Amino acid sequence: MTDLKTAGPATALPVLTRKDFVSDQEVRWCPGCGDYSILAQTQKVMPDFGYPKEKIVFISGIGCSGRLPYYMNTYGFHSIHGRAPAIATGLKAARPDLMVWVITGDGDALSIGGNHLVHSLRRNVDIRIIMFNNRIYGLTKGQASPTSEFGKVTKSSPYGTIDYPVSPLAIALAAESSFIARSVDTHSEHLQGTLDAAGRHRGSAFVEVLQNCNIFNDGAHREFTDREVRDDRTLVLQHGKPMIFGKDRDRGLRLNGHQPEIVTLGENGMTEADLLVHDETDPLIAFMLSHIYWPEFPVPVGVIRRISRPTHDEMLTNQIEQAMAARGRGDLARLLAGGETWTVEDEP
Amino acid sequence: MTIASGRPTEERQLERVTIRFAGDSGDGMQLTGTQFTRTAAVFGNDISTYPDFPAEIRAPAGSLPGVSGFQLSFSSTHIHTPGDAPDVLVAMNPAALKANLGDLPAGGALVVNEDAFTPANLNKVGYASNPLADGSLSAYSLFSIPVSTLNARALEGLEMTNRQVDLTKNFFALGLMFWLYERSMAGTIAWIDEKFSKRPVIAEGNKRALKAGYNFGETTEIFHERYIVPPARLQPGRYRNITGNEATALGMVAASQLADRPLFYGSYPITPASDILHSLAGYKSFGVKTFQAEDEIAAIGAAIGASYGGAMGMTGTSGPGVALKSEALGLAIMVELPLMLIDVQRAGPSTGMPTKTEQGDLLQVLFGRNSESPIVVVAPATPAECFSYAIEGWRIALKYMTPVAFMSDAFLANGSEPWLIPDPTSLPKIGVENRTEKAGFFPYLRDPETLARPWAVPGTPGLEHRIGGLEKSDVLGNVSYDPDNHHRMQLLRQAKIAGIANDIPPLDVYGADEGDLLILGWGSTFGAIRSAVERLRAKGHAVGHAHLRYLNPLPANTEDVLRAYRRVLIPELNLGQLLMLIRARYLIDAIGYNRVRGKPFRIVEIEAEAVRLMAELREPVR
Repeated sequence: MTDLKTAGPATALPVLTRKDFVSDQEVRWCPGCGDYSILAQTQKVMPDFGYPKEKIVFISGIGCSGRLPYYMNTYGFHSIHGRAPAIATGLKAARPDLMVWVITGDGDALSIGGNHLVHSLRRNVDIRIIMFNNRIYGLTKGQASPTSEFGKVTKSSPYGTIDYPVSPLAIALAAESSFIARSVDTHSEHLQGTLDAAGRHRGSAFVEVLQNCNIFNDGAHREFTDREVRDDRTLVLQHGKPMIFGKDRDRGLRLNGHQPEIVTLGENGMTEADLLVHDETDPLIAFMLSHIYWPEFPVPVGVIRRISRPTHDEMLTNQIEQAMAARGRGDLARLLAGGETWTVEDEP
Repeated sequence: MTIASGRPTEERQLERVTIRFAGDSGDGMQLTGTQFTRTAAVFGNDISTYPDFPAEIRAPAGSLPGVSGFQLSFSSTHIHTPGDAPDVLVAMNPAALKANLGDLPAGGALVVNEDAFTPANLNKVGYASNPLADGSLSAYSLFSIPVSTLNARALEGLEMTNRQVDLTKNFFALGLMFWLYERSMAGTIAWIDEKFSKRPVIAEGNKRALKAGYNFGETTEIFHERYIVPPARLQPGRYRNITGNEATALGMVAASQLADRPLFYGSYPITPASDILHSLAGYKSFGVKTFQAEDEIAAIGAAIGASYGGAMGMTGTSGPGVALKSEALGLAIMVELPLMLIDVQRAGPSTGMPTKTEQGDLLQVLFGRNSESPIVVVAPATPAECFSYAIEGWRIALKYMTPVAFMSDAFLANGSEPWLIPDPTSLPKIGVENRTEKAGFFPYLRDPETLARPWAVPGTPGLEHRIGGLEKSDVLGNVSYDPDNHHRMQLLRQAKIAGIANDIPPLDVYGADEGDLLILGWGSTFGAIRSAVERLRAKGHAVGHAHLRYLNPLPANTEDVLRAYRRVLIPELNLGQLLMLIRARYLIDAIGYNRVRGKPFRIVEIEAEAVRLMAELREPVR
């Protein structure tokens, strides 16, 4: 996970701290918004990757999340609704030397920008997509989003939504994203670790951050993220470790046939050896984890999937290098005079 | 190559000939036309071509929607169009005859494959009786030839299926045309050998078909004359034949080389622009990066991202794609990054007629965005001009940090003409330096002359800043909702584009620089208008032709040019879009001539309209 081919020169860089990544712009999210925590953790992990700050770019779409680039003292581009992954794809293709982050929300990424999300992930574009999921449209003041729970009453659905919500992780998985993770705005340490892992990944990294909108969807994830209950209601994933959860770490997940099942360790002779062991490279485990949720199951958090495959910009660069190796650098005069030509002589 | 012993035929010299090959879309008519074009070009004729094909890849065989045509005109004098009407129509089946006969003037030569005039094929297109036999074609010089039978006989003994044999009959027709116009088969034979180098039997079949057609002309007695079109007196130099789409792709690569910046092309497949993507995807050794996006929006989004990173970001499409790109184009305007938008226009609205030409996108490209969102618009007038205006478009985009729209159309894109190959060292250097100096850097501090903002690309130490679609404060570039600032920024964006009028050539006039009538055009109508004006001038009329290559901003002298005439006629392949602009902008009572038939103008219709207008001028006022 420390394969940082594009981490820039190995010369001694000035040691950066969180402060270096704080811009001079006043943060304008609502007081109490989960975005503050995400911003703080993002700024905190930035020094981890060895990139000088001028080599880091944050690109966002529209929504409350879209403001984040203004608060990062890096290069930033607050673009248009849903299109940040497309813009990031072009930037990364043109500039493989940059570290590119995409900041988006559940409406931005899954509704208007669904197509770009899917295709940037399937191409394995070397970008990190951080999706703030508050299950509501916040900036437009409270309409249902693609992740709003079925039947939710919102301004745009006074009789309850009749749209089934999507699983962001399942979409990322269907698009064969090479890194898929989930974390929670208020679980600072876990969020920091997850962002750090995403930052170190080479290829498309998709991180769903469960985030609270205290104005339009307060308590969006409270039932399983509040301090008192979170150990019992979330499943913190660790590669190669059995899937154990609970304040007393006495419960776990096992497969009964192909159905996941919660068991209590010590009951009916259950031991750790009976539990599922997390494997970040196993697509079936990833599929299962992307479909279990509270209240039937604890909500899985952490790295769901992590595999390695060549990135879009690497392959694009390789094709160009191979063409140049085979044919030499392009010669414009020869190109223009390509195909069949003929010469008109001067009149005698 | 041996030719059967000749019999005496008359030879006539002609100034110009126009041939149309028409057949089923699977009959290889485009290839046949292209081969004749190459041969005529290499011989030294001036040429102009007009491929006209259906959107359906293979419509039902023998049906009217499946008819594909290729018209070419070759001449011993300088020509501007592929000809109003064919002198010779080659029709490979009844559908091709029915679809094209209306364009053949009385007395025109009609060469048909009589084998295809079966009751079933006739019935398919609604012929109650066989036109080859019922006398309905008596106005034409009909050459009814059993092409399929003769061709099959020529290929006897080759290990080819009946279907494979049948597919070569277009070369029989081509060979016959080569004989009729005294052209060498050598170029096409070389092409066949290369194309089918791994399939020698197929190569042999095609060569036999070609020679059989040629020899048929030589030995049969149905043709009494052969025709010679001597070489044209083109400017000395090395030439190639080039389509608008090819010239566009080459021009964009040249611009990248001249500006010393890598080209990035994001595109989504769309007729008639896809060939540009195909060409550019092959130019990897020039550092060109191409990206076939998931949709039109991603294509421009990626191009904007590439420009943000310091590359020359470009996207190409047709009208429906421009509609989808509108919002992102607004973003490029707001963040003031260089960007190239290629619009190869086609007949609309909506899906319209994808392979047919139109100039219907002018107002969309100029105004089809929310709020005040000016961009530069350039429009080449001929296929070869696509090369120079690609470079010119990029010159402006880079110098002024602005999106530029490059408006081509299906006629320019697929049409071709001889192109005097430029020497790259003679091309202008273009481009702009990245901002690297930290002292005094502000993202929206403008160059006082061009009003361009600095291009500070990610990776530049000390210049970290944020841009985006929200309104910016002047100079600082921070988000601003200040009313006066917004007003100022709207004016600045407008003024930056308007000021480019001082950095482009004035509108020049061909013909009379004052007088009765000016014909004003833009884009692919150049050839028809210029030819019409040439004819009118030859008849002594005081007529001028001005052709806009810049639609925004308009050249600074445009109004002066227009006011020097009693009348201004604006022919367009739309319902009057440039007309509306000119009338609104200058309060000049210009008159439109508008046709939206999916086809280029014919010279005669513009000439007739001009004559009608000038006659009106002379009528006494009642």
